[in-house]
Amino acid sequence: MHFEIPKTHELFRQCIREFVEKEVKPIAEEIDEEERFPIETVEKMSKMGLMSVPIPKEYGGAGGDNLMYAMAVEELSKACGTTGVILSAHTSLGMGPILEFGTQEQKDKYLPKMASGEWLGAFGLTEPNAGTDAAGQQTTAYFDEKTNEWVLNGSKIFITNSGYAHIYIIIGMTDRSKGLKGISAFILEADTPGFSVGKKEKKMGIRGSATCELIMEDCRLPKENLLGQEGKGFKIAMMTLDGGRIGIAAQALGLAQGALDETVSYVKERKQFGKAIAKFQNTQFQLADMYAKVEAARLLVYKAAWKKTNHIPYSVDAATAKLFAAETAMEVTTKAVQLHGGYGYTREYPLERMMRDAKITEIYEGTSEVQRMVIAGSILS
Amino acid sequence: MKIVVCMKQVPDTTEIRLDPVTGTLIRDGVPSIMNPDDKAALEEALVLKDKYGAHITAITMGPPQADAILREAFAMGADRGILLTDRKFAGSDTLATSTALAAAIKGLEYDIIIAGRQAIDGDTAQVGPQIAEHLDLPQVSYVKELEFGKDNVLKIKRAIEDGYYLVEVKAPCLLTVLSEANKPRYMHIRGIVEAFDKEVEIWTVDNITVDETKLGLDGSPTKVKKSFTKGAKQAGKVHEVEPKVAADIIVDKLKEMFII
Repeated sequence: MHFEIPKTHELFRQCIREFVEKEVKPIAEEIDEEERFPIETVEKMSKMGLMSVPIPKEYGGAGGDNLMYAMAVEELSKACGTTGVILSAHTSLGMGPILEFGTQEQKDKYLPKMASGEWLGAFGLTEPNAGTDAAGQQTTAYFDEKTNEWVLNGSKIFITNSGYAHIYIIIGMTDRSKGLKGISAFILEADTPGFSVGKKEKKMGIRGSATCELIMEDCRLPKENLLGQEGKGFKIAMMTLDGGRIGIAAQALGLAQGALDETVSYVKERKQFGKAIAKFQNTQFQLADMYAKVEAARLLVYKAAWKKTNHIPYSVDAATAKLFAAETAMEVTTKAVQLHGGYGYTREYPLERMMRDAKITEIYEGTSEVQRMVIAGSILS
Repeated sequence: MKIVVCMKQVPDTTEIRLDPVTGTLIRDGVPSIMNPDDKAALEEALVLKDKYGAHITAITMGPPQADAILREAFAMGADRGILLTDRKFAGSDTLATSTALAAAIKGLEYDIIIAGRQAIDGDTAQVGPQIAEHLDLPQVSYVKELEFGKDNVLKIKRAIEDGYYLVEVKAPCLLTVLSEANKPRYMHIRGIVEAFDKEVEIWTVDNITVDETKLGLDGSPTKVKKSFTKGAKQAGKVHEVEPKVAADIIVDKLKEMFII
């Protein structure tokens, strides 16, 4: 067992840090304030090949691994939680299921353009009445034998990257009588007639990320746009979320690390009672606790990523990483605001934004409660 | 087109802090980076490669860990990397460094040699021009813009303090580039993934033809007599007045300080 980060990954981290410092950090506050999707950052990430980190070279990807991908989301999220989730949703939820379950034709058709960043990806599972209870899908799909097409009807909510994505993985019911085995997955292109993007949510955090409703009204897809086999949609969705959880855990890790870094600098500068507040034992103990949690979260995230790369079952690891990293992000950002005092509560400092951004990591791609269900289910089986 | 880019690994001087007690530099934990002007030099080479197609060799002289900047050069788009490393090079001043680098470059094919203007640790701006002298090549320093034209002629905007020269030079030649010349690209992610699969060629004194007495500390005419930390300057004062009044203020001040 060894904990050495490979040289390639160190060089990769150096590259992402430089990029974040110059391109992401300077606009993080602005995109939050204006609730603006940072399309220019997506273009810059595309140009350097960052939109395709774990995608094999044969599909135009960078040919990296899941640890690199997790490190990318972590580094981006240290400065901007919004940018972190854009990459995570595109990579894990948009490209992930096509890479894992797509036919050769589907991979050849979609992955190169998604890897280059030309086509952004998104994933539509959640509905108004199907959140954690993902099986309660109201979206339906039936096969029209006359035209040889799938016809989708229904709506999805809270879809990350919506409006900017070109490729949407849509989960829908193809046979309600079969319950979970009657759910299927589809690849939908944004310009398909009958498809539209609805209202944009006003959110507490990750305010630059585009989160909208998707509406499908007699939306006709060619036969070959069924992803995987008919009836396997629930399994595809769950396995996709396993991968996505590594991304969100990495986002949470980045937010926590970013808040810790800001706090370490601040407490050395901030003076009260004639000395830097870093000299007070309360500050030191708080920082030590924050650091210990962040380090533990990092090991869990990296381990889950490593397992995925090495094709070792990682579902429970991803759930554990996401649970712990998300709760760490919430705790560390809250403490960071506290250590900044009144300044931490103002928008002059990034801490309150990080705290708002952190909260979502306990909710999306499986709430902390769902992660506990996954973990408990595994240890009790 | 064959391009050789000379580069140096330097401490990231923006990360260097002063010891508040001794006033000396704290170098511990300071990351090493590709010298910024050299990164601009590589970017100029990469732009030429994008436009016309070129083979780029990145070369550096330094300790074994200078391998890192050649990996970075690979990830940005360089095709070949050479690390000139040998204990016999230790303690080289600019002349001994340029002697070794020029000898190494003699063993390469090139149309253009591009170097950064200067390194942020030494600030001498001498190594590039000296290489050109050793190789008997025309040189243009302080390049801000360049265009590759017909018959191997480069049209160059060469910066000077209050303007620039427009010059033409025929390849083979050596250029030194300012960091303002461009905004270097980020490493490409696929390039990073592949950077450690490529070979960095390790060259020692045995790989080059050179008079060994001209290398290292013994081959360096520069002798460091003493080094000290520059004292902090006092804050300046701004007078927003007519030039005539300003001149009077300056003269009074100089008299007050018994300088005139």
